[in-house]
Amino acid sequence: MCLGVPGRVVSIDGLVARVDFWGVQKDIRLDVVDQSVSPGDYVLNHVGYAIRRIPAEEAEQTLALYDELLRAEDQDLMSADVKSELEAAGGRRGR
Amino acid sequence: MQEVAVDAELTFRDPARARALSARLEEEVHALGRDPVTVMHVCGSHEQAIARFGLRAAFPEGLDVIMGPGCPVCVTDVPEVDEAVALARSGIRVSTYGDMLRVRGTVQSLGDARADGAKVDVVYGVSQAVALAREIREPVVFFASGFETTAVATAAALLDDPPANFSVLSAHKYIPPVMEIVAEMPGAKVEGFLAAGHAATITGYGVFEPFVERHRMPVVVAGFEPLDVLAGLLELVRAIRSGVPKVVNTYPRCVTREGNRRAQELLWRVFRPIGGRWRGIAHVPNGNLRLRDDFADFDARRRFDIDVSSLWDYAPPKLVQKCQCGDIMAGIASPTDCELFGKECTSDAPVGACMVSSEGTCKIWLTYGGHPDLRNIRRRAS
Ligand code: SF4
Ligand code: SF4
Repeated sequence: MCLGVPGRVVSIDGLVARVDFWGVQKDIRLDVVDQSVSPGDYVLNHVGYAIRRIPAEEAEQTLALYDELLRAEDQDLMSADVKSELEAAGGRRGR
Repeated sequence: MQEVAVDAELTFRDPARARALSARLEEEVHALGRDPVTVMHVCGSHEQAIARFGLRAAFPEGLDVIMGPGCPVCVTDVPEVDEAVALARSGIRVSTYGDMLRVRGTVQSLGDARADGAKVDVVYGVSQAVALAREIREPVVFFASGFETTAVATAAALLDDPPANFSVLSAHKYIPPVMEIVAEMPGAKVEGFLAAGHAATITGYGVFEPFVERHRMPVVVAGFEPLDVLAGLLELVRAIRSGVPKVVNTYPRCVTREGNRRAQELLWRVFRPIGGRWRGIAHVPNGNLRLRDDFADFDARRRFDIDVSSLWDYAPPKLVQKCQCGDIMAGIASPTDCELFGKECTSDAPVGACMVSSEGTCKIWLTYGGHPDLRNIRRRAS
């Protein structure tokens, strides 16, 4: 429940951003984040709300870490969490 | 208050850097000239990082890193689960985070209630529960657990004009006050806290300054990558050694002194802190978040007559009485001290709350081999 998953903003409509998480798209609320967010930015998503914009210099490393988590086996709690967050995020497939 | 710039180019997992950090950590602990120094982190994600990346192996002898009340699922108290279960059993639709389904109250978990026919939905987040309420006519109660990071989401949803058939049963908790309790606990050996980066993203690190003043104990804010954790611990031991209690921020790429003002504003507009129990930790003044009067219409406690006594007809499962979750979250016992660990209590059939969530200490220990820190367990036992 606690893990924040990073994703890339595809488009924004008011306080709702469509965010891409490894090919799964999901609408995320922007009510809480205090920085300005634009398409192309990465945001940290926490239970359906962006809690912060991920600084550009960090985005790449964060994504690399998550790429690896997504490949790891299910025995690994962190990767299991990431996978279940993405699964729960549901939304539409495909880029 | 000092800010330590953790090199933005750090590869989070670079083994050479990890070794270097761990060597410096060892020097610091050694220079302290006594044994052991005990520090506590209060975040399940820290424990996961420590277990997953095998960091305990990189901790020097003489440093005890224990996990405190850092998992929102684990600290949700038995009566709070009872309220949700009673509500569900009375026929009201209850939706909640997946983890919360398997946490047992006095008698049952929400999952048990569902097996008995109660309407219980797993949702990914509060907005999904609101969407559900919009879709169907009947009342939908969101059983809301989690710390400030998650409570902010609940607050935002309530401020966004939810439908009238939606309400919230808040079990939200606020971390800073529980640190006071742990620091004052008789027999507590904790000399400093590693605070959670995500929560501090919201509250800012300034929130720890009064605590540091009062308890003369350092607090270091740290991120969740392996090198973040090591760097945080290094600063923490340094601060202990210096004898000058202070707040150190080793996560400046996300955390500022003020934190996310907008999030705080949403949080405190909707919630007020009240005293209440955390599972196993006892009463925590200002540790629970309840809806303010302005949101009474959306407060399930005011809207429904929740009768937990209706549950007492069922016999409480005997195993639960042996569960040591409370001591584990207070940092005075390890999972292996519990006779049920890995035997009667497993992730498939959890007895206590610590075995439920992937942030629970017992589940983490069982998944990653049961004895992630043999050395320290032995020392504590002796
Ligand atoms: S909400 Fe974030 S900071 Fe708080 S316990 Fe969970 S992972 Fe840690
Ligand atoms: S092993 Fe199970 S019963 Fe024992 S303390 Fe942990 S969660 Fe509780």
